[in-house]
Amino acid sequence: MTFSLQLFQFILSGLTTGSTYALIAIGFSLIHNATGIVNFAQGEFVMLGGMFMVTFYSVLELPMVIAFFLTVFSVAAVGLLLERGPIRQARSKEILILVMITVGASIFIKGLTMIFWGKNPMTLPPFSGEAPLILLEAAIMPQSIWIFGITVCVVVALNYFFKRTMMGKAMRAVAASRRSAMLTGIPVGRMILLSFTLSGALGAVAGIILTPITTTSYDVGVMLGLKGFSAAILGGYGSMPGAVLGGLLLGVLESLASGLISSEYKDALAFLILLMVLFFKPSGVLGKGKLRQV
Amino acid sequence: MEKKNKIYLLIYAFIILILPIFLSNNYYLMVLNVAALNIIVVIGLNLLTGYAGQISLGHAAFFGLGAYLSAIFTAAFHFPVWPTMMIAMFITGIVAYVIAIPTLKLEGHYLVMATLGFNVIVYIIMIQLDSVTGGPSGFAGIPRLQIGGFIFNSDRRIYYLFWAVSFGVLLLSLNLIRSRVGRALAALSHNEIAAKCSGIDTETYKINIFVISAVLTSLAGSLYAHYITFISPGTFSIFYSIQVVTMVLVGGMGSLWGSIFGAVLLTLLPEFLHSVKEYNVLIYGLVLMVIMVFFPQGLFPGILEVFGQRKKGER
Repeated sequence: MTFSLQLFQFILSGLTTGSTYALIAIGFSLIHNATGIVNFAQGEFVMLGGMFMVTFYSVLELPMVIAFFLTVFSVAAVGLLLERGPIRQARSKEILILVMITVGASIFIKGLTMIFWGKNPMTLPPFSGEAPLILLEAAIMPQSIWIFGITVCVVVALNYFFKRTMMGKAMRAVAASRRSAMLTGIPVGRMILLSFTLSGALGAVAGIILTPITTTSYDVGVMLGLKGFSAAILGGYGSMPGAVLGGLLLGVLESLASGLISSEYKDALAFLILLMVLFFKPSGVLGKGKLRQV
Repeated sequence: MEKKNKIYLLIYAFIILILPIFLSNNYYLMVLNVAALNIIVVIGLNLLTGYAGQISLGHAAFFGLGAYLSAIFTAAFHFPVWPTMMIAMFITGIVAYVIAIPTLKLEGHYLVMATLGFNVIVYIIMIQLDSVTGGPSGFAGIPRLQIGGFIFNSDRRIYYLFWAVSFGVLLLSLNLIRSRVGRALAALSHNEIAAKCSGIDTETYKINIFVISAVLTSLAGSLYAHYITFISPGTFSIFYSIQVVTMVLVGGMGSLWGSIFGAVLLTLLPEFLHSVKEYNVLIYGLVLMVIMVFFPQGLFPGILEVFGQRKKGER
């Protein structure tokens, strides 16, 4: 195999995992824009996506499409419960307190998953066979195409939602300014609830499409969450195109680093990038520097 | 206030001194020794959380850095134990400083994420760098502590050493928060912008307190390594970071006495509840969530407040 072909292969596989990072990063951005907090349970949503799908599809043997939507609904419901329960009931609305609540929720979900699903790693069969396709001499797993395709669909649908529908516009208004959104009669509370629910759904999608490649277990949430967060920071925190770009970029960098340098420290790279971005350009690749008002 | 603290300190020292007389079982002593180390970590973390308003989810990594640096230098290179501990604290301090510079300039939750990520990285390195760290199977044969010819080879000897150190850390911290630095930190946690406007260099203070907190944690880690003489990566996973944060929150942000209460309670409790060890993760998550939702200032102060209100109501 020539070097350039190898490189092409690494980039392809990087784009595949990068797509799921992008979905996780969008989830982070949605909640950040609505509430200003970092949702530490985001990675747990992804883990739950894989777990529910295993149950619905492999254990209960429901048809794939039904299992897919049931999973998305279930995890969206978890996101909804997280907002309706702890986040809304919180006595203090200080950001750091809310962030710690999501940390607690994340460990709690992890603990519950361990009890219900056990500690063993689980996997899903690929959506359509395992015979690799050949694209420009590089081999692609069909699952990679599914991942890429579904991510594109989700991003396009979200784009439509935020640009064209009333509810999406209302969410953007809340992100721009909570107070002025409230003054124009937008139900801010409901928009926050919606952002958690949507994040849950996005996490579920990421978990479902990723599990056939990476397998899942009760403790993968932290790592996935961390990578999604790094991707969001890399692209510019809170920005949708930034989240997508950051996710893909992180996926490719990670794949190149593990292919060309060392695969053992692959997981360390995301954090290194995170620190570098915070060091040199905290607003991210696509972010604009923002002034803090006093 | 100062007089009250002095009385508390005397009572506290007295309890520490006489407690081992009633404990014949070495197991209880061992649990208490671990509690003393946790107190050091929790006090350090509370300086950061309660006084600078920042939360770190990476203290297990600093604890691990202290432990592994001490272990590697003393066991593999035969460095003397006590100076090595200082070196470990110094290196950990520098690492903390490097993390603190970019993240503490930003809002609080960046530090939470960055420290969490740092913890994951350190954990990966501990496992992957097995030629140095022993990998997942751990690092054995760490020398015991000794002063002159006196070796700390029993739980009882260690008890007095560790509790003396943790008492010293408490004294230093109580003094620190009553100093100019402490008042600056209090102002900063109350309202950062107001503090800045009154001439407090909030960034430097935040970075410094983060480094101090990491150094104290490194000290506890070194002591742990020389006490147990065997360390493995599992001890230094994120779960420990979350445990110590929960201890701070149980005791109350900004209350050093509360920290002691939180650390001792949450160290002893799991030992008495052996049957639920499987649910440890679940319980910690739930406790953390419930405290943050209902008692954002911490469980201990929250309960005291509830009692206070009830008394007022009765009158």
